[in-house]
Order: sequence, then structure tokens, then C-alpha cells
Amino acid sequence: MAVGEAGLTLDDVCRVLDAETLVPGRPEAPVQSIGAADLMSDVLALGTAGMLLLTGLATTQAIRTATVADLVGVVFVRNKPVGEEVLALARDSGVPVMRTHLTLFEAAGRLYAQLRAPRGRP
Amino acid sequence: MAGNEIRRAYAVHGGDYANGGRASTAIKDLLKALAVRADVIRRVAIAAYEAEMNVVMYARRGTMAISVTPARVTVEVSDEGPGIPDIGLAMQEGWSTATPEMREMGFGAGMGLPNIQRNSDEFRIVSEVGRGTRLFIQVAMV
Repeated sequence: MAVGEAGLTLDDVCRVLDAETLVPGRPEAPVQSIGAADLMSDVLALGTAGMLLLTGLATTQAIRTATVADLVGVVFVRNKPVGEEVLALARDSGVPVMRTHLTLFEAAGRLYAQLRAPRGRP
Repeated sequence: MAGNEIRRAYAVHGGDYANGGRASTAIKDLLKALAVRADVIRRVAIAAYEAEMNVVMYARRGTMAISVTPARVTVEVSDEGPGIPDIGLAMQEGWSTATPEMREMGFGAGMGLPNIQRNSDEFRIVSEVGRGTRLFIQVAMV
């Protein structure tokens, strides 16, 4: 799992990834770091509070992991179908959820490039 | 909470992936309600979640018992299940006996027990093949 430092908000992420919001959070919520992984134990081992998770694992376990690890939100990649039980849990748990058509690689790449860009609004 | 001990217990059912993590989330909510420090909450929640998912994945059933005092948070997890034949091996990062179903759920990276230990100030594990496993997880408040 790769974790990079961020200076973005959830709203920035939504724009950069051309994502749709499935469960809203505070648009101005700061993204402290970004991680990309499909194995939740890796997220629990390497993730940090305030991290945004990019993942293809569109299950309740991604939401549970986000809850216990204090992640700022979850982005499901590759337009993965997301079950209503996942969204219901995210709403109940207060976990913002987005979905992008991009692959995990593309999404991570866009955000990485954004981190390397001159400071300013994306 | 000064001078008091607060205890709760939660049942965990083997194979119940749909509810896997529910007990750990309840534990986290309890600690937040008690105004426990955020970093302590996070460590306890992660350790509890990994332990809970181990029960879901490998055992028939289990219990998670939490004790909260001003000095520490203790989580004891005991299950009825196959037990662990080689604890030393199970504690190695990356060593896993996960099935394809477990990996589809995002687990089986072989990080569960190491993650629990990493987030604990004190950690003990005992297991008996054919009977089950007990974990003792403790995180200090200070």
C-alpha cells in the first residue's frame, strides 16, 4: 500500500478523480494522506488517521476499516457496483464514500500528480 | 469514570461476514462516549477489529469482553474454533491460511495478529488445537 502526504480536501479529490458522491461528507474535510489498497489488514497496518482510501473492495469491510482506522473517506474505483448495505453502513458510520470510473492505478496517479503540482486549487 | 471500571461484552458469530466489525465499532463508540484519548481509541479499535475478524473467519463463535478503567483499556477475545497449531508462525507478517472467500473480503494478508500486537501495550495469545484461542489485548491510557 502506498501512502502519500496530501494537502487536499474531499471536494478536491472528487474533482480530480471525476468522482460521484455516494455518501457525502464535509467538502472541506482535509485529506491528511492517501492510500491505495484492496487488503484491509494492510490498511490497518500502514494507514494513518485522516487518510483517504482508494480501493476496489466495495464491501462493508472497507467501511468498517475506515471507521476503526479513522479514515477521512473511501473512494471505490473502476465504477464498482456498491450495494445498499455498504452505503447504509457508511451513512450510519459517518464515512464519506465516492466512486470513480478510474482504475486504482489511474486514480492514484492523478492524486499523486496533484500532490506534486504547484500549490493552488486543482 | 474516575475509580470506576466499565465492562461490556459482545458476541461474535463465525462466518457472519455481514456483521463482522460490528462489535469493534461498538467498542470504539463506547470509548468515544467515555472521552478516551483519540490515539488510544484508534489502537484499541484496530486491534479489536482484527481480533473480531479472526473469529468471524476462523472460529465457530467467540466473545469480546472490554474493560475500561482510568489506567487502561483491556480487550479479551475468546473463541471456540480450530485453534492455532503454531502461534510463532501465525505471528509472522505475511503468513496466512486465508481462503479465497476471506481474501475476497479484503483479509488474509497475514497481518492480523501482528497488527494486534503492534497496537497493544501488552498482548498475550493462547490457543489449543481443536478447542479455540484466547487473546489478551491491553492499551494504556497514559
